[in-house]
Amino acid sequence: MTDRTLRGKVAIVGIGETTYYKHGQSPDSEFKLALQAVVKACEDAGISPHDVDGFASYGNDRSDAPRLASALGTKDFRFSNMFWGGGGGGVCGAVGNAAAAVATGMADCVVAFRSLAQGQYARYGRSQAASAVMGDDAFLAPYGLMSPAQRFAMKVTRFMHDHGIRQEALRAISLACYHHAQNNPNAVMKGRPLDAAKYDASRWIIEPFFHLYDCCQENDGAAAVIVVPAERAKDFKGKPVYLLACGQGSDHRSAAPVHNMPNYPSSHFNQLAPRMYEMAKLGPSDMGIVQCYENFTGGVLMSLVEHGLVKPEQANEVLVPENLYVESGKMPLNTSGGNLAECYMHGLELVIEAVRQIRGSAINQVKRSDAAIVIGGPMVTPVSSLILGSEATL
Amino acid sequence: MSETYLPHGLPTPSTAPDGLAEPYWQGTREGKLRIQKCKGCGAWQWGPEWICHRCHSFDLGWEEIRGRGRIYSYQKPHHPVHTALSDRGPYVIVLVELPEYGNVRMVGNLLGDARQAVPIGAPVEAVFEPHDGYTLVQWRLVST
Repeated sequence: MTDRTLRGKVAIVGIGETTYYKHGQSPDSEFKLALQAVVKACEDAGISPHDVDGFASYGNDRSDAPRLASALGTKDFRFSNMFWGGGGGGVCGAVGNAAAAVATGMADCVVAFRSLAQGQYARYGRSQAASAVMGDDAFLAPYGLMSPAQRFAMKVTRFMHDHGIRQEALRAISLACYHHAQNNPNAVMKGRPLDAAKYDASRWIIEPFFHLYDCCQENDGAAAVIVVPAERAKDFKGKPVYLLACGQGSDHRSAAPVHNMPNYPSSHFNQLAPRMYEMAKLGPSDMGIVQCYENFTGGVLMSLVEHGLVKPEQANEVLVPENLYVESGKMPLNTSGGNLAECYMHGLELVIEAVRQIRGSAINQVKRSDAAIVIGGPMVTPVSSLILGSEATL
Repeated sequence: MSETYLPHGLPTPSTAPDGLAEPYWQGTREGKLRIQKCKGCGAWQWGPEWICHRCHSFDLGWEEIRGRGRIYSYQKPHHPVHTALSDRGPYVIVLVELPEYGNVRMVGNLLGDARQAVPIGAPVEAVFEPHDGYTLVQWRLVST
């Protein structure tokens, strides 16, 4: 049997991001933002947008692949794919699906993208629920449980309770994101630093663990990466970054109705993470770069634990700001500011930051930059993660 | 209509056209708490589903259960996620597990003052809260 793997089969050779805007501030429509991100990623790779032959996205992106292909003048539209599930659970999976298409010869040049002008659509923190609700919502919404934060809060409460983890560990995650954003000109929160006192004084979204600064922003923007076969990776402009592994899926019955998933206090990576490391032939200690999706800081905590990056019994000691800052940290986290402080680009900004770090062109450049782990939107289902590496890791 | 824990105006539960959850809602209107029990393997299951995930029997019955459980987790929302909740926060949502019934979990509100401590593991009992056309199941702390 052949070795069925994505390891080293494809490379990311182009990255593109629009200006990132505060919620509702984009002068451009969501679809135009998507086009801008794809064109920028093509410019970065040194190719014509005509040569993109596939599109992969997630989170029910509204920028339809066939419309994109037509607007961009795609010569040969060979692949389109949507990763199931909401939010950013599919961010790494979309890159993985693009990689799978390229590795198997279904397409040659696939863009994985996300476009999101949240100001032009509904608020996450405000329920859009109808006056009568069915299915799972019938057992939740009448009790005032409607928003994403509320769907996940009780997972975090229980995890913190089980392991005796304090609020300060979550605060450190938030502080690290805001700290790194202060150097990043494209970060929405640049110039709006956060300190422990401001975090502590911020209003409760949900007690006992969701302060305002534990919750992601809502933003407008778009981002894209270009995936090509590894054997062609050096034909493009910049330093290629290789995909070493992608894991996607979820834990056993993680979508069981009315909060009945067997492993409740979880970000849903317990089964995924080991098989991803196995594909990458690397382990948690090899990851010099850690980009971990923050919808809520409690999800980051559980994701780090489930990927073997932090032991739960050490979380209070390890998750302190100094350990997470690029200047001093053993585990620099979300080095461009992440969803909390760069832009809530549903995590694609984290993939792009991992690419910049491996290229050596990041604003907050880490020292150990050979291998990066990117972890997609925790606590939703399905979820996904990615390991990227330099040529030296192949 | 008697007093309710949360204000009126929140989304109301509706039986889907498929009728899957109807025995539950019919039960609560009668003051009975019912969940699914597989006639194939005898396992308890919640929330409602068409198939038993253990033995794949489609023959899922509904059985009345005792409304006793313990708090598995909780949250106290402050941010109003719905116009009906604008002046209501904080309030308490609990996730209750039912050890007598395969540790299935149910979501409800914990009755009483929202400022009260919510001890994980504490025993609770179900309280039926009638609304116009449907009845919710709420929970209150009990002494052991």
